[in-house]
Amino acid sequence: MSGENIFTGLTEEHGGDARWAFGTGFTEALAGVDTTLPEGVDGADLAAYCQMLGDDALIQSQRLIHWVTDAPELEEEVALANIALDLLGQARLLLARAGQADGTGRDEDAFAYRRPAAEFRNVCLTEIPRGDFARCVTTLLVLSTWRLALFTRLADSRDPVLAAIAAKGVNELAYHREYAVSWALRLGDGTPYSNERMREAVADVWPRTGELFATHPVEAALADRGAGVDPASVREEVRGVLDQVLTTATLPAPGDFPEAGVAGRDGRHTGELAPLLEELQRVAREHPEATW
Amino acid sequence: MVTTTGTGRDADTRRRLWAAAAAVTDPELPMLTLADLGILREVEVEEDGTAAVWITPTYSGCPALAEMRVDVDRAVRAAGFGKVEVRTALSPAWTTDWITDEGRRKLSEHGISPPGGAPRRPAGPVPLTLMPTRTVPRCPLCGAADTEELSRFGATSCKSLHRCRTCLEPFEHVKEI
Repeated sequence: MSGENIFTGLTEEHGGDARWAFGTGFTEALAGVDTTLPEGVDGADLAAYCQMLGDDALIQSQRLIHWVTDAPELEEEVALANIALDLLGQARLLLARAGQADGTGRDEDAFAYRRPAAEFRNVCLTEIPRGDFARCVTTLLVLSTWRLALFTRLADSRDPVLAAIAAKGVNELAYHREYAVSWALRLGDGTPYSNERMREAVADVWPRTGELFATHPVEAALADRGAGVDPASVREEVRGVLDQVLTTATLPAPGDFPEAGVAGRDGRHTGELAPLLEELQRVAREHPEATW
Repeated sequence: MVTTTGTGRDADTRRRLWAAAAAVTDPELPMLTLADLGILREVEVEEDGTAAVWITPTYSGCPALAEMRVDVDRAVRAAGFGKVEVRTALSPAWTTDWITDEGRRKLSEHGISPPGGAPRRPAGPVPLTLMPTRTVPRCPLCGAADTEELSRFGATSCKSLHRCRTCLEPFEHVKEI
C-alpha cells in the first residue's frame, strides 16, 4: 500500500527480492476489520476452527485448478477456475482470522505456505486426486452441499468476523452447488455411458463422505459457544439434498453416509496431500525471503 | 450511504473525502465507480486526522480488491488527505443489489447487461433448484429479449457470457448474486 500505485508497488525494492506476482501481498485480507474475540470463545479453539474451514477451501481450490488448461470445454475450465477463486478467497479470510485469533499474528501465507501436511486440518475428501470429470462433479456436489449447509448456519455465529465470512460465502457456495447439480443431472440423466461414469464416480466418492459429519472436539466446543457449527447437525440436510439430486439424475441413491471418525481435522491425511502441498508451497519454500 | 454528522467544516471535509473515494473506478469494470458498484461503504475523518475509508469485496476472492485499495489511497491523498487508511467492511455481504441505478445505466450503455434482483435468501437452508430458473437478460446492444446463455462463468467472477438471437452479437451480463 505504500506505493504510488500498484505498479510502483510491484517494483519496490525489497532487499533484493522482487515481488513475485501481481495482485498479492499488498494488504491483509482482513485489514481494518474489528478482530475482538467474542466473550467466552477461546482464541485457540476459534483459530483451530477457522483453520479447518480455511484448509478445506484452500485444498479444494488447489485441486480444482488442476482442471485449468485441461478441462473438457473452455467454459468448464473458466467455471472451475472461478469456483476455485471463490474458495481461495474464503481460505484467505479464514486463515487470516486464524492468525489473529490464536494471538500469533501469523498471516495467511504462513498458514498456506509454511505448514507441513500433518498441520493441515482439511477433511480428506478435499485432497483426493481430481480423477475424471464425473468425479470432479460428484466431489464438488458433495463438498459444496456440505459447506453450504455449514455456512448457512455459521452466518449466525457469535464471532462477527466468522459470521460475515460465512454470510458472504453462502452466496458463492449456492452457485457452486448449482453448477455441480446441473452437471450431475446432465451426466446422470444423459447417455448410458455418461450415466455409468457418474455411477462409478458416486461409488468412488461415497465411502469418503463419512468424515464430513464426524465432530472434532474443537467443532463441538465452538458449537457449544454459539460460534461454530457441529457438522453432525447438517447430516440429514445434506443427505436430503444429495438424495434428491441423485434420484433426479437417475443415479442410484447410495444410502446413508458411512460412519467414520475424525481424520483430516486431526492432521491424519491420505498420501495425496503431501504431493499437493509440495506443488502449492514450492515457490514459497524455494524463495523464503521473497515478498509475496 | 453518506451519513453526515456534525456541521460546517467537519461535514464538508467528510463530503470531500467521500467524493474522492467515490470517484475511483473499478479496475475490471472501468465504466463504474466504487460508488456505482456499491462497494464504498463508509468514510470518516478521525480525530487524529486519519482519513478512513471502508470498502467491501464483491466476491471473497476478488483479485481487483488490492488494486482498488491502492487506487482509493492515491485518490484520497490527491484530494489533500495526508494519512489514509483503507479498511475492509465484511458485513453486510455485498450483493448485486448494491449496484446503483446509475451504475446499471452505465453498464447498459457500455454493452454489459446489468443484473436483475439478487436471489432471495430466506432464513434456513438454501432451496435446491433442479430446473433452470435463471432470468434471461435482454440484449444490451439492440434491446431484444430473445437471448441465450453461452457460459454461466465469464472472464471475471461477476459476469456470464450470452448471445443475442436477434442481432447475433455476444454480450456479457453481470450475474445476480
